[in-house]
Amino acid sequence: MLSKLSLSQAIEKLESKEISSEELTRFSLSVIENKDKDINAFITVLTDEAIDAAKIVDGKRLKGEKLSHLAGIPVGVKDNFSTKNVLTTAGSKILSNYIPCFDSAIVKKLKNQHAIIIGKTNMDEFAMGSSTESSFFGPTKNPRDLERVPGGSSGGSAAAVASDEVIYSLGSDTGGSIRQPASFCGVVGLKPTYGRVSRWGLLAMGSSLDQIGPFTKTVKDSAIVLENIAGADKMDSTSVDREVPEYSKMLGKSVKGIKIGIPKEYFEGLDKNIKESVMEAAEILAKEGAQIIDVSLPYTKYALPVYYIIMPAEVSSNLSRYDGIKYGFCSKDAENLMETYLKSREEGFGAEVKRRIMIGAYVLSSGYYDAYYLRAQKVRALVKKDYDDVFSKVDVLLTPTSPVLPFKIGEKMTDPLSMYLADIYTVPVNIAGVPAISVPGGEVDNLPVGIQFIGPQWSEEKILNVAYIFENNRR
Amino acid sequence: MSKLSKEQVKNIAKLSRLGIKESEIDKYSKEISDILTYVEQLNELGVICAEPVSQITGLESVTREDAKYEQKICSKEELLKNAPEIKDDSIKVKPVFEERESI
Repeated sequence: MLSKLSLSQAIEKLESKEISSEELTRFSLSVIENKDKDINAFITVLTDEAIDAAKIVDGKRLKGEKLSHLAGIPVGVKDNFSTKNVLTTAGSKILSNYIPCFDSAIVKKLKNQHAIIIGKTNMDEFAMGSSTESSFFGPTKNPRDLERVPGGSSGGSAAAVASDEVIYSLGSDTGGSIRQPASFCGVVGLKPTYGRVSRWGLLAMGSSLDQIGPFTKTVKDSAIVLENIAGADKMDSTSVDREVPEYSKMLGKSVKGIKIGIPKEYFEGLDKNIKESVMEAAEILAKEGAQIIDVSLPYTKYALPVYYIIMPAEVSSNLSRYDGIKYGFCSKDAENLMETYLKSREEGFGAEVKRRIMIGAYVLSSGYYDAYYLRAQKVRALVKKDYDDVFSKVDVLLTPTSPVLPFKIGEKMTDPLSMYLADIYTVPVNIAGVPAISVPGGEVDNLPVGIQFIGPQWSEEKILNVAYIFENNRR
Repeated sequence: MSKLSKEQVKNIAKLSRLGIKESEIDKYSKEISDILTYVEQLNELGVICAEPVSQITGLESVTREDAKYEQKICSKEELLKNAPEIKDDSIKVKPVFEERESI
């Protein structure tokens, strides 16, 4: 059946001409048509554009042209990726009418490889949230249980893959926004090393933290997507010029003798059922010959406070560009320039965005800068050092992705701090700029649990391989 | 104690160019104070002997040649299409200076 196809299976079927890209694309569109009124994973669906693009790829394939693995396969892209001539809202009212005149680097890369961009996925407003409830376009529902959130902020991208609306999708991860929704929806989500993938044209949230990555059905699929989107870009000065390995060809190596660290700080006060799932994952890998080692990252508890200083500081600066003048929503009630700013931003931004802008302005303001922002940057060095130290002893870390199971819609919206705590195991990874992957690791109360593997910077092939071995040895 | 006063909230909102309603100030004051109290856990660490991190992979001074991009990303016409109000090929804005400046 087309709906259960993984990316690797779709590639095989397309390359052997068993199916055409048009068939695959029409199928994907029909699933969206049937399911998305309930799930709301998409803000924009590009029906005609997708079918036209699919026909072009089919023509090229018939002519025997050499094509990328991603050619002809439908993909959902989070709505904070700029897409030329296609609405790009970041889930916000302030951009609810914004149509970019350029493609982000990764969208361009996908188009150059003839990937079929089937639509733009729903997200928390400006990627600020862990539930996709703060979208101006309404919440996305978890396909596993429509009363629950899909996680966030890339909830639309996760739900689109989990409900078979698309074979894979792309999201962005500033503090867990790929891994946590992947965990909540029971799919694979990968956040690469900071700088691995170009962010040019991605609507910035926390520029020292943001990174782009895939949602897929299998670990191998994530490896395939990553090897096709990674690499340096002169338009993103934070992208790093390092060789991009063929990740998908490096999977399946034995984990015999590999050292897997279990950091105790990631288990303190953890739900015992989630803990059990994580320990089962450790056992499975131990059976395959991995060495399981207890380790400690003592500064873990400070990563979330560091995040809630550094990220809002960057947010307050990055979001100052939305002023109601050059593009986007503009208040009709303004009588002078100052009112244009004040009212457009008041009416255009939601509560969480406003909170973070104000926190950011506060921690950066003179008199408070040293006490908050500078201090947070110093503690960031300590969190990073924790990882450097631990990775001199072990190869990868094994942790839960989220401390909680997918929660009910509305459950945490009134208490910002309790929402923030949902990211406690994913945020430290962004603080240290290291890569991590969330892989489905069983269920508790019929809800998916995600297992997170974390590696040193630029070690994607390592975490992908361990995750792959785990995935293939689960019952 | 980091409890933000009403005045401080108003001031931050103004600095951030965010209009907020009088009725929301108490809510923001409480929520932001709670978050600040939470992040102040960092004070437990006392004096920190570490260099502040602003770039996590260690890149330094990434520069490019000071030259025009050969390729135009968007034309002026395309850019103007998104502006809420335009006049004679330019973006139109509300008055910057009022005739009667309040003192």
